[in-house]
Amino acid sequence: MKISFTANGERAETDVWEGESLLTTLRDRLGLPGSKNACEQGECGSCSVLLDGALVCSCLVLAAQADGHEVVTVEGLAENGEPNRVQAAFAEAGAVQCGFCTPGLVVATDDLLRRIPDPSDDEIREALSGNLCRCTGYQKILDAVHLAAER
Amino acid sequence: MSAPARTTRTLRKGHATPIKLRQDAIPKVTGKFAYSSDLQAADMLWGQTVRSPHAHARILEIDVSEALRMRGVHAVLTHEDVPGKKLYGLEFPDQPVLAIDQVRYFGEAVAIVAAEEPEQARRAAAAVQVGYEPLEPISDPERATEMEPLHVDWPVERHGDSEHPQPNVVRALTIRRGDPDAAGDVAVSGYYEIGQQDQAFLGPESGIAIPDGEGGVDIHVATQWLHVDRDQIAPCLGLQPEQVRIHLAGVGGAFGGREDLSIQAHAALLALRTSRPVKMVYSREESFVGHIHRHPAQIWAEHRATRAGKLVLVKMRILLDGGAYASSSTAVISNACSFAPGPYAVDNLLIDGLCVYTNNPPCGAMRGFGAVQACFAGEAQMDKLAAELGIDPIELRLLNALEPGGVLPTGQVLTGSLPTKDVIRRAAALPVPEPEELPREAIRLPGGAGNTTRGEGVRRGVGFAVGFKNVCYSEGFDDYCTARVRLREDGGAHVYCAAAEVGQGVSEVILQVARLELGTDDIVLEVGSTADVGSSGSSSASRMTWMAAGAVQLACQAALEERRQTGVGEVDVERVYRHPETSPLDSETGQVLGERSHVAFAVAAMRVVVEVDVELGLTRVVWIGTAQDVGHALNPQAVEGQIEGGTAQGLGLALMEEIQTKDGVILNPNFTDYLIPTFLDMPPVVSELVEVPEPDAPYGVKGVGEPPTVVSTAAIVAALRDATGRELTRAPVRPDDIVGL
Repeated sequence: MKISFTANGERAETDVWEGESLLTTLRDRLGLPGSKNACEQGECGSCSVLLDGALVCSCLVLAAQADGHEVVTVEGLAENGEPNRVQAAFAEAGAVQCGFCTPGLVVATDDLLRRIPDPSDDEIREALSGNLCRCTGYQKILDAVHLAAER
Repeated sequence: MSAPARTTRTLRKGHATPIKLRQDAIPKVTGKFAYSSDLQAADMLWGQTVRSPHAHARILEIDVSEALRMRGVHAVLTHEDVPGKKLYGLEFPDQPVLAIDQVRYFGEAVAIVAAEEPEQARRAAAAVQVGYEPLEPISDPERATEMEPLHVDWPVERHGDSEHPQPNVVRALTIRRGDPDAAGDVAVSGYYEIGQQDQAFLGPESGIAIPDGEGGVDIHVATQWLHVDRDQIAPCLGLQPEQVRIHLAGVGGAFGGREDLSIQAHAALLALRTSRPVKMVYSREESFVGHIHRHPAQIWAEHRATRAGKLVLVKMRILLDGGAYASSSTAVISNACSFAPGPYAVDNLLIDGLCVYTNNPPCGAMRGFGAVQACFAGEAQMDKLAAELGIDPIELRLLNALEPGGVLPTGQVLTGSLPTKDVIRRAAALPVPEPEELPREAIRLPGGAGNTTRGEGVRRGVGFAVGFKNVCYSEGFDDYCTARVRLREDGGAHVYCAAAEVGQGVSEVILQVARLELGTDDIVLEVGSTADVGSSGSSSASRMTWMAAGAVQLACQAALEERRQTGVGEVDVERVYRHPETSPLDSETGQVLGERSHVAFAVAAMRVVVEVDVELGLTRVVWIGTAQDVGHALNPQAVEGQIEGGTAQGLGLALMEEIQTKDGVILNPNFTDYLIPTFLDMPPVVSELVEVPEPDAPYGVKGVGEPPTVVSTAAIVAALRDATGRELTRAPVRPDDIVGL
């Protein structure tokens, strides 16, 4: 089936299989592999994107559900080609090791800071508890979120 | 000693902030970094693996005809299509590329499929008809040596007791020193179990194999050791090593789980058969059967000491379940045995180690590599001994601390740096936070947002443990690292090193060293490839920073020297670095046959505060403070990152992580049922870096990745014991263990 939606501000039209997830469409058909597939059951948050501004796991959204809607992925967060404040803070704070969880965490943090501009430690931990990271132990991610909030 | 400039300075709130960002940081935060699962090639097919639903079965027939007829399918291959050697393995070749006449573990690869679309490949894989005759699985490691051998060719006398050969022994090892009947004044004993942990790296196994049109193949894959992948695959493909080129693709974490082959041989077989690029990506469920795990352990321990607290004797029997294939089990059991007593001086030891084959999931390398299991038992014993003696547990550890000049269980005299006492004192001195007042937010109580308590039934506990592990490969292994430096005429340089960047930051270490040695910032670190440079050895055993720094330093110095001699023109040199030689252990006594069996050591101490709801068995780790012996920290921010992340993995093993099996079948191969720590599970971690340069290492470095994982499981469970008064002899600790059901 044919679908069309806005991906990172650009109109995207593609042919998808009815059972296909939005994540697969983004990664394998639209050349947007930034969103990661690490569990495909909504447990790890590595595939987090914004769908009409709402944070979703794109592995749990059918591609067909995005038809006519607006999707923002990690590739769409950069501002004028530069990393945005969240991306820059993750890089500087040492919040990136293997980085496989990073796209999802960056999108989720961007969402958090739009809702709560200066979150407490507890608010950060709760808001990002749906994003698994296996490398960092989360401490430097906590630092990164505070650093981004300060800016 | 001159050392590379530190990459970090302290800017805000005491956090180290980089002067230079690691080179992969911006690509990773913007989604542009190419992981192995992101790769594409023109005209690419998708590969899929057919796996065994049985832990142990005879294969009666494999019928691929229906799958071959399906739309989009280009190849369905079985063991008959493996053109070269049918078996491979890290230490000895006991594992078939594709199962031959039987399957020995749940999820073992039986056939492989290539098709135009991933969904077509999945459906074709499901259509491959395999006739199985289920056999009784060996699921209890204690009974393995009484059962029929799983491997006819590999009971391997040289790994067992040659006088009394038993079936299913991967390796038996005894370390005997002094008088095993030494009595002492007091004795404590215990039995401990450690469950099977998964590496659970977030980026599942994946890669792409591209035929070169001349009979060879290029494989882009996430791995820990490019050259040993090549050396295992090429004979199976019936090719010369140079016809198989392995290139490092972006790695989504490793932790030991990428030491063994995953998609490499399978994707290459499909690519060579179809003459098209073939991509393979495991699902999370497949990843759980697609790599080896941490060995489950059963440990019987006895400690004896004088009334004053001096250790007199440590006896341990360590049984590791190796699962169906050997992987690196022979080295894991050796490590478990040689670290059995922890970093303590003791004259009399009897350590009996046994690793067996079973039909459980295969086990091999995971961060900590045998030392985790030994530490869990050994540190519980030290606490028990302290209680029996009425001595403060930290004082008991200081009293027995092993320091340079001391003797290890294998008879090796400790010549390098090991600031055990300093590490213990500094961890013990970290101020523990005051208990928080009630009432408080649910999120700050055990049970968290589940809102299961207002504080009633909640008890606080404080635990302490010390972890101890080697750095680099051991027992006479020819361990080296190669680096190549090409100095351009304009003064810029290209550095080639196959060291796998798995997230730990070794690429930055290489660049730091090259900048220092060459005196320029104009340096490109090329992607690791077997086509461009010799072996680096593995990103394992906390060795890669040490080894890569050594090799890059040598190659840079040699390049400059050659430039001085030739004057002008491009210079291109390759150099090999070796650490001090190691020796094997005596097969009877486990005593080292030369000066050393291990190269160097690192120690970490950790203090943990927990709160436990003793009515519901729910836990909250409140705070962790740790001091770690890190040699010389080239990049303090990255070292802290290793400590925090390694601690989290140990917390997972202490509280939640266990692969559950029934008759060898994995019951929880997904992140819904196999839990790893979330942001809410991890407390703040305060880490102190104790820097005593390692005399044998370039720039005094030490590997830092493993000690935090070794120590944290033991330290967290110690805190749970303090809170509950229960023995808690099994990790992970379950709610039932706490409430006493």
